[in-house]
Amino acid sequence: MIEIKNLHKSYKMGKNSLHVLKGIDFSVEEGELVAIMGSSGSGKSTLLNILGMLDELDEGTYTLDGVPIKNLNETKAANYRNKFLGFIFQSFNLINYKSAAENVALPLYYQRVSRKERQEKALKYLEQVGLKQWATHLPSELSGGQKQRVAIARAMAAEPKVLLADEPTGALDSTTSYEVMDLIQKINDQGNTILVVTHEEDIAHMCKRIVHLKDGVIVEDKKVEQVRAAQYV
Amino acid sequence: MFSKDRWDEILQVLTTNWFRTLLTAFGVFWGIFILIILLAAGKGLENGIRADFGGLATNTLFMWTRTASKAYKGLPKDREFSYKIDDVADIKENVKGIQYVSPQNQLGSFRGTNNVVRGLKTGAFTVYGNYPEIIKQEPMNITSGRFINYGDINEKRKVAVIGVNVKSSLFDLEEECLGDYIKINDVNFMVVGTYKKTNADGDNENAQKEIYIPFTAFSQAFNRGDNVNRMIITAVDDVPITNIKEQIFNIVKTNHRIHPEDTRAIGFFDLNEQFQRVVSLFGALRLIAYFVGICVLLSGIIGVSNIMLIVVKERTKEIGIRRALGESPWSIKQQILMESIFLTIISGMSGIAFGALVIYGINYVLDMSGPVMMFVNPSVNLGVVTVALIILIVSGLFAGFIPANSAIKIRPIEALRTE
Repeated sequence: MIEIKNLHKSYKMGKNSLHVLKGIDFSVEEGELVAIMGSSGSGKSTLLNILGMLDELDEGTYTLDGVPIKNLNETKAANYRNKFLGFIFQSFNLINYKSAAENVALPLYYQRVSRKERQEKALKYLEQVGLKQWATHLPSELSGGQKQRVAIARAMAAEPKVLLADEPTGALDSTTSYEVMDLIQKINDQGNTILVVTHEEDIAHMCKRIVHLKDGVIVEDKKVEQVRAAQYV
Repeated sequence: MFSKDRWDEILQVLTTNWFRTLLTAFGVFWGIFILIILLAAGKGLENGIRADFGGLATNTLFMWTRTASKAYKGLPKDREFSYKIDDVADIKENVKGIQYVSPQNQLGSFRGTNNVVRGLKTGAFTVYGNYPEIIKQEPMNITSGRFINYGDINEKRKVAVIGVNVKSSLFDLEEECLGDYIKINDVNFMVVGTYKKTNADGDNENAQKEIYIPFTAFSQAFNRGDNVNRMIITAVDDVPITNIKEQIFNIVKTNHRIHPEDTRAIGFFDLNEQFQRVVSLFGALRLIAYFVGICVLLSGIIGVSNIMLIVVKERTKEIGIRRALGESPWSIKQQILMESIFLTIISGMSGIAFGALVIYGINYVLDMSGPVMMFVNPSVNLGVVTVALIILIVSGLFAGFIPANSAIKIRPIEALRTE
């Protein structure tokens, strides 16, 4: 599903150049649930941004579902993001003046899905995350866990190839974190490919594979026995 | 582009901060309101002045004789001369673009001695010998009977069309004047019509104290031979009389052996030139109105642009989210542009509507208080409204352009990081 070869990325800061990713080789099969771990500054967010086409790579190749990702202009990148990727952010990033259902329907709008179909799908995904009765509520009326669940519903609404979660539990307490991870596991059980960036050991162990980044290189890449989050809920 | 969602979005954004939206809209509202009011005031002034011309054919030259100021072809200077009836045909034939040439003879004036008698009543009136065309050059309302026609001219009928004030001087109030006779310099003329002139600014009283009789009858009755006192010449609409008056002068100069460079022999009044001066004044007024109006509007537009910049700044994160979710930059740009155009058009249209209301109010007051000198029916026509609308759309685009660009200039990844 994801194929990365010899990925390099550096940022220019004035005269100095900061080499963040130093040759990453990495691939993800369909249906995997991968945790990317590392301390801050290890390059995990940069890697996720490049995977999410929010940032460009300097060197190397990136293939997503057989499509080479390179030299994208903004319009093309937006189109690919919409088609291939679903984002889950640490700070939820819901649009605060839109209701939960409208937020979920947003990616579909960019796909020019008809209004009626959008609403149906939005409700369907809200139901999946258990928030159907909250459909008309604004994000400000929801709790943190509920917001993240709306965000997950939004990420899934466009039926992307890969879900990218950047510290999805970073802003939540542990009970809510487990609820969210439970949801992510269930989505993964349905066959969706999910990448989770986290620095929390217990969250990482709820995935099926852990990739450890340190100073811009992969130091460890292992399959783990998945801990089901449901037992903590 | 015009999907319901797009509009929902625009309304959602604009209504989240009502007060700010209203304040922003007010700038544009006020600008377009000032523009409309200024244009309407200019139009009112123009209408007032035009009403004073009262339908007078403005592309007209009045021409009379003075004395030759240069000796020429053996004839001395200071010589008096008179136009002849043949000059009329010469001018009509040789100058292109002439519409009417009315020769005119005059007898007496309202300041002169009593020259008109009917029974025991007498009066001093201006008597004109005219051709029927004169009514097209100096419009008058025929209030009863008829005006002079070519039958009168050809048969030299002694008929007269009298002003309403002449009638009131010579006839009793209830008396029928049509078919009755008045004596002009001891010659009997039958009254066939009465008129009332509508233009005549400030001189209304005297304008109704004139008597029109057929030119030919005038010449015969008062022994003018083929002399013509003056000529009233109107050119067709697309040929300004000012441009062809020299040709006319040359013809009469040749006919009457006036030195070609004698500029003082012919007296004239070029109404067109005067009128054009007034018209260009209105042009200047309109220009000023547009200038001032658009300047005021511009500050409104800059206000909109400013607010849109702030809105974009506030929504940076949201724009980042939208782009991460796959909204194309063009779509975002479109959104900002449409918000700005929508805001300008709505506020502009309410400015136009309010302006129209105020104009309506002014007109109402004017109607109630009776005519005001030089100010009639201030109004803006549909053309002006269309122009205003175009200005609004363009300025809305202009106001949204910079904010829209700044919205997509920032990369989504940075936009997502802002708080």
